[in-house]
Amino acid sequence: MKMLRYVALLAAALAAGAAQAQDKSDGVVKIGVLSDMSSLYADLAGQGSVAAARMAVEDFKPAEKGLKVEIVSADHQNKPDVGSNIVRQWIDVDKVDVIVDVPTSSVALAVNEVVREKNSVFLVSGAAASDLTGPKCSPNTVHWTYDTWALANGTGKALVKTGGDSWFFITADYAFGHALERDTAAVVEANGGKVLSKVRVPLNTSDFSSYLLQAQQSKAKIIGLANAGGDTINSIKQAAEFGIVAGGQNLAGLLVFITDVHALGLQTAQGLIMTEAFYWDQNDASRAFAKRFAPLYKGNMPTMVQAGVYSAVTHYLKAVAALKDDSDGKAVVAKMKEMPTDDPLFGKGTIRADGRKIHDMYLFEVKKPSESKGPWDYYKLRATIPAAEAFRPLKDGNCPLVSG
Amino acid sequence: MERVVDPLETAARTRGVRSEAIAFVAMLVLLVLAPTVAYPVFLMKALCFALFACAFNLLIGYVGLLSFGHALYFGWAGYVSAHLAKIGKLTLPYWGGGWHWFVIPLPPLSPELAVLGGTVTAAVLGLIAGALAIRRQGIYFAMITLALAQMMFFFAVQAPFTGGEDGIQAVPRGHLFGLIDLSNQTTLYYVVLVLFLACFLLIYRIIHSPFGEVLKAIRENEPRAISLGYKTDRYKLMAFVLSAALAGAAGATKAIVFQLASLTDVHWTMSGEVVLMTLVGGLGTVFGPVLGAFVIVSMENYLAEFGQWITVIQGVIFVACVLLFRRGIIGEIANALRVRL
Repeated sequence: MKMLRYVALLAAALAAGAAQAQDKSDGVVKIGVLSDMSSLYADLAGQGSVAAARMAVEDFKPAEKGLKVEIVSADHQNKPDVGSNIVRQWIDVDKVDVIVDVPTSSVALAVNEVVREKNSVFLVSGAAASDLTGPKCSPNTVHWTYDTWALANGTGKALVKTGGDSWFFITADYAFGHALERDTAAVVEANGGKVLSKVRVPLNTSDFSSYLLQAQQSKAKIIGLANAGGDTINSIKQAAEFGIVAGGQNLAGLLVFITDVHALGLQTAQGLIMTEAFYWDQNDASRAFAKRFAPLYKGNMPTMVQAGVYSAVTHYLKAVAALKDDSDGKAVVAKMKEMPTDDPLFGKGTIRADGRKIHDMYLFEVKKPSESKGPWDYYKLRATIPAAEAFRPLKDGNCPLVSG
Repeated sequence: MERVVDPLETAARTRGVRSEAIAFVAMLVLLVLAPTVAYPVFLMKALCFALFACAFNLLIGYVGLLSFGHALYFGWAGYVSAHLAKIGKLTLPYWGGGWHWFVIPLPPLSPELAVLGGTVTAAVLGLIAGALAIRRQGIYFAMITLALAQMMFFFAVQAPFTGGEDGIQAVPRGHLFGLIDLSNQTTLYYVVLVLFLACFLLIYRIIHSPFGEVLKAIRENEPRAISLGYKTDRYKLMAFVLSAALAGAAGATKAIVFQLASLTDVHWTMSGEVVLMTLVGGLGTVFGPVLGAFVIVSMENYLAEFGQWITVIQGVIFVACVLLFRRGIIGEIANALRVRL
C-alpha cells in the first residue's frame, strides 16, 4: 500500500506539471469546422460547410502568402455540451485557431463563451440567434450569414410592401418560436400591415390540420410559419394538402433553407416565401462557385450557410495574412472588422463593431413546377433588401461592446 | 440461537471483497494518472456520466426497477446548480388567493453549494416521481417514470429561467469553498474525481449494507420479501430517492464543468443513453457502469470526426453487446474469472 501512495503522489505531481505552458502560435493556421453532420442541419451545413472551407483555402492560395492552413472538422450532434467540449479540446490540445459554422443556436451560444474565454476566433454561419451580436456579443465572434432578426425583418417588411399586408402566425410554442413571431409581427405592424390572429402549436406536432384550417378561415394573405426543422416541413406539406397556396394565400417561412425546398419538392413548396443571404443562381460568380461545389458535395448546390463559410474563411485568412499572426483572437477579429470584406459570393461588405457582418439580403419566392428549368432551379427574386436595412440597427442590439 | 456460518460462503465473500478491492485500486490509479494522457474536460465528462450510470445501476441492477426517466434528475439538477452558481436568486410561485412570487434573494453561490442545491432538488423530484411510480411494476413503472420525465422536459422548454432552447450559458466555475480556483482544468478534474469516488463508495456501501441486501431480496422475489415482513414499498422508494439524488449530483457537477445546462440533459434520449452505458458495462456490477460510461463517452468524443457514422457505430456496438456479451463487459470478465466485480 505504501508503494501505491508513492505512485499516486508522483502521478498527481506529473499531472499538475504537464497541464500548463501552451503556445498557440505554431506557424499553422488551423480551421475547425464544427457542424451538424448527422441530423436535421446536416444538409444545409454539415460536410458541405467543410467543402466550402476547403474551397476558400484553395482559392486563397496560402502557400504564396507564406501561410500553412489546415482544416479539421467534427459533428456536434446539436448538443451544446458536445460542441463546447470539442471546441475546448480543439483549442487546448489541437491548437485550432478559428471555429467556423456551428448551426443550432444553443451550441453556437455555448461555443461563443468558450471562444471568448480562450481568446480564439469564432465565425458563425449556420446559427440564427441574433443574441450573438446582441447581449451575448463577444470581441472574438463574427456573425456572418444571417440571423433571426434579418429573416423576420426581410420577410415581414418586404412582404407587406409587396402587398402581403394581413398575417396569420402559426408559431412553435417555445422561446424560439415566440421570439420569431414577436419580431416578425413588430415588423409587419411597423410597415402598416395587420396581424389578424395567431396560434401556438406544441413543439414537434405531427397534425397541423386544425391550425391550418384556422389560418385558411382567417383569410389572411400571408401565413407566417414561426417554427423550424421538422415542424416547418410538416406544416408546409399539410398546407399543400389543404390547397392553401392554390387558394390564393401565401406561406412565409421564417426559417427555411433551399435544402428544405429541395426535400419538399416544388409541387409542395411552390409559392413559399423566404429571406436568404445567398442563392446559387444569382450571378456568374455564384454560379461558378456552385459548379465547383456540387461535385464535392453529393451534387447539391451550396446553401447560404455554406456560402457564408466560404466567405467568412476567406476574410479571416486575409486578416491573418495581413497581421502575420493568428495567436491573438481579439486582434484578428479587430483586423477583420477594420478591413472591408470583398469576395465573389457576398460582394463588398463590412463587419460592424458588434460582430455583425453586413450585406444585402434577398426575398425569394419558390417557383411553380412549370417555371423551373430543372433540379435546384427553385427561386425567383421578389425583392432585394439593401445592406443598410437588412440587419438590426447597432443601437438596438444591447451589445456591451458598443455601449461600453 | 447460534448463527450457523457456512465456511464456503465466507470464503466466497472474502474473495469477492478482495477482487473488488483490486479493481477499485486499479480504477483509482488509472483515474489519478489519466489527466497526463487524456484531456481533463473529456475525463470530467466521463466521470459525470459514470456517476450517473452508477446511480441508475443502483436502481436497475440491485432493485430491478427500470426507470426510463433518469434524465429528469440529471438535467434538472444541472439547471438548478447552473442557476444557483450563475444568478442565485430564487423566485418561487405560491398560492395565496391568487399566484404570488416568493423571492429568496440569494447571491450567486459557490460551486459546492450549487451542486448541493442541484442534488437536493433531484432528491425531492425523485421522492415525488418515485412515490407515484413504485406503485406499479415492470413496463408500467418504466412508462410512469418516462411520462413524468417528459412532463418536466416540456416544463424546461417553456420555463423562462432554463433559457429554453439555449439553456443556461456561461455558468461561472467559481472557487471551491471560496478558496480553490476551479478555472484551472486539472484542479477541477481532481475535485470532480474526489466527488465521484465519494459517491461511488457511498453506492458500494449502500449495496453491501443490510438495506442493500433487502433491495436484492426484492429484486429476486418481491412477494417473498413482503412475506418476510419487509415493507418493500418503503425500500423501493428509498432506493429511488437515493438513485435520483446521486444522478442529480452527477448532473449538477456536469453543469459546473461545462458551464452550461441545456435541454440535452433532460431529453429522453439521455435516459436512453444511461441505459446503454449500464448495459454495455454490465448490469448489476459495481464497476460496469463506470466502464460503460467511459466507453460511450469516448465514442462520442473520439469518433466525432466520423460525423454521421457515430450513431451507426454506437448502434452496432449496442447490438453486438446485446447479442454477444449480455452480461456487459465487466459482467463477462467477472463471470470468466469467477469473481464479483
